[in-house]
Amino acid sequence: MSTEVAPPPPAIAPAEPSTFRKAMRQKRFTVGLGITVLLVLFAIFGPLFAPFGENEVTGPPYSKVGTLGTDYLGHDVLTRVMYGGQEILVIAVFGTLLGMVLGVAIGVVAAYGGGWWDEVIMRFNDVVLAFPQILLALLVLTAIEQPTAYILIALVGISHAPRVARLARGVALGIVSRDFVIAAEALGEKRSRVILAEVLPNMNAPLLAEAGLRLTYSIGLVGSLGFLGFSADPGAANWGQMIQENRLGLSTQPWGVIAPVIVIAVFCIGTNLMADGIAQVAQRGDN
Amino acid sequence: MTDAATLLTDPLEEIAPPRRQHGAAAWAVWIARRLGLALLTLWLVSILVFLATAALGDPVRAILGRDYNANPGRVAELEALLHSDESLVSRYFDWLSGLLHGDLGTSLATGLPVSDLIKDSVINSAMLVFLAALVMIPLAFAIAMISVHYRRKRPDTVIQTILLAMAGLPEFVIGVLLLALFSTTVFHIFPAVTITSPTGHPWDNWKVMVLPTLTLVLWVTPYVSRIVRSSLLEVIDSEYVELARLKGIPEKVVMRKHALLNAIVPGIQVIALQLAFLAGGVVVVETLFAYPGMGLELVDAVRNHDVQVVQALSMIIASVYVVVNLIADILSILLTPRARTAISS
Repeated sequence: MSTEVAPPPPAIAPAEPSTFRKAMRQKRFTVGLGITVLLVLFAIFGPLFAPFGENEVTGPPYSKVGTLGTDYLGHDVLTRVMYGGQEILVIAVFGTLLGMVLGVAIGVVAAYGGGWWDEVIMRFNDVVLAFPQILLALLVLTAIEQPTAYILIALVGISHAPRVARLARGVALGIVSRDFVIAAEALGEKRSRVILAEVLPNMNAPLLAEAGLRLTYSIGLVGSLGFLGFSADPGAANWGQMIQENRLGLSTQPWGVIAPVIVIAVFCIGTNLMADGIAQVAQRGDN
Repeated sequence: MTDAATLLTDPLEEIAPPRRQHGAAAWAVWIARRLGLALLTLWLVSILVFLATAALGDPVRAILGRDYNANPGRVAELEALLHSDESLVSRYFDWLSGLLHGDLGTSLATGLPVSDLIKDSVINSAMLVFLAALVMIPLAFAIAMISVHYRRKRPDTVIQTILLAMAGLPEFVIGVLLLALFSTTVFHIFPAVTITSPTGHPWDNWKVMVLPTLTLVLWVTPYVSRIVRSSLLEVIDSEYVELARLKGIPEKVVMRKHALLNAIVPGIQVIALQLAFLAGGVVVVETLFAYPGMGLELVDAVRNHDVQVVQALSMIIASVYVVVNLIADILSILLTPRARTAISS
């Protein structure tokens, strides 16, 4: 007869504060979040408060008329800056989302599939990684007459995907061998459900940090493409494109170039601080 | 960015388990496997380059734009140049065998052989990246060492905050700010655009090189420096460094002999990654400063839909990445005693 006493049930752990709560305690996260929210609001609502129309000529080219002067066609620089954020914002955000979804899917399937799956998927991943992000975008733009917003979103997303996949695979490898995943498999749950319900929810902190970082790079990438002259609507205001358009006037009317550069810089610093705040939380893990 | 270290592949992870082989034979097998993988990657890269440029859109339509319908003669001419009537597969193999024989094709925009067209710009870009790396590597390590010296004290926090803010900035932001500061608006020290004689090299006038190099350096240094710092910290908190200190070895010697040497391997991996980063960075930086290199050439070719030039340049840039990674992997193995014995015993 066994007289062993069953071990007492483990005490229920207090609910863990969410990643967001923990991140809010980081100064750099709150500062970054503040800057990012302000910039996003500026990009969305800027056009409503702009003093002039987007393509309204307010003075001679490169003149000092208006708060920040005029650009190469005589448009008001301040107005162009207020209008110019929407395209970058939309393409960067959706490009990042697409890149995260694709990358996480690839990385988790590789880690969970293991063996040959892993080998083949990561080999293809390495191939895409051999291209700097901007090169991958330029490569596709060669054969296209005029890029649309959808094409740019796809390009940004696809160029992020292998980089996200590498990280997601690394994180998922640490999870797929843990007890709760094996338990779920033993219960006979479908593989797709194991991935969605058991693996993914345990990856959210590092993935959020990665998403923030990717958003920073997306803004840079979309800005760079605009600067190189590739944007969805060449007539519309666009921060990246403004730098290109007004470059020749840099010595006489620097604001046409400096204003959009400063906006992009502040935006990138904001998202990067935010991403780093989350990364700090993700790194410390469970405490 | 702090978790960027996890992005790096661990060279130890990919070692094939040696079986009944010793010393030199195991090494030969390992290096052959590594080379084979690099070649396979390059081959897949070539397929991707070809598909992206030739199959996704119609380059002839892109080149002619509105003239496409009005000028059937020119359409036929360009299609003949691109061999559009042949199947995609046979065009790919023609192109690949040309590449392997060193024939990069003929530029659609100028009618000149691509290799003549890009020869100088490849050298110019290589020089730019080399100069940037030459400044960046010691600078990044120096900043990391200073930061670690004051770890978790005020100077470290200040340095890390500045680096963190800078790490997110795109290269054109840094470039434009430098341009405004040093050549147009505030001071007029350095030229804003690169002026070269058709026969000379841009570095004949050193002033021309300063701003493009500085832009690249300021762009990658924060990133590298942060990773070197975190791997240095990891080493410093380890038990063997603690032991060395307890034995009474002076702090300077501990840093140099015990800490820095062990942080070099992750450092090599980061630097390899950054060199590839630089290869992408030259695209924007060269356009900004009108520096006559591959990046400027590439952007022009993309704008002109000059398919052959784009294919050649992107193959070169992607190959640089593959080769640099290969070298970094081999170096890391050679410098890690643990990995050396894993292969040869």
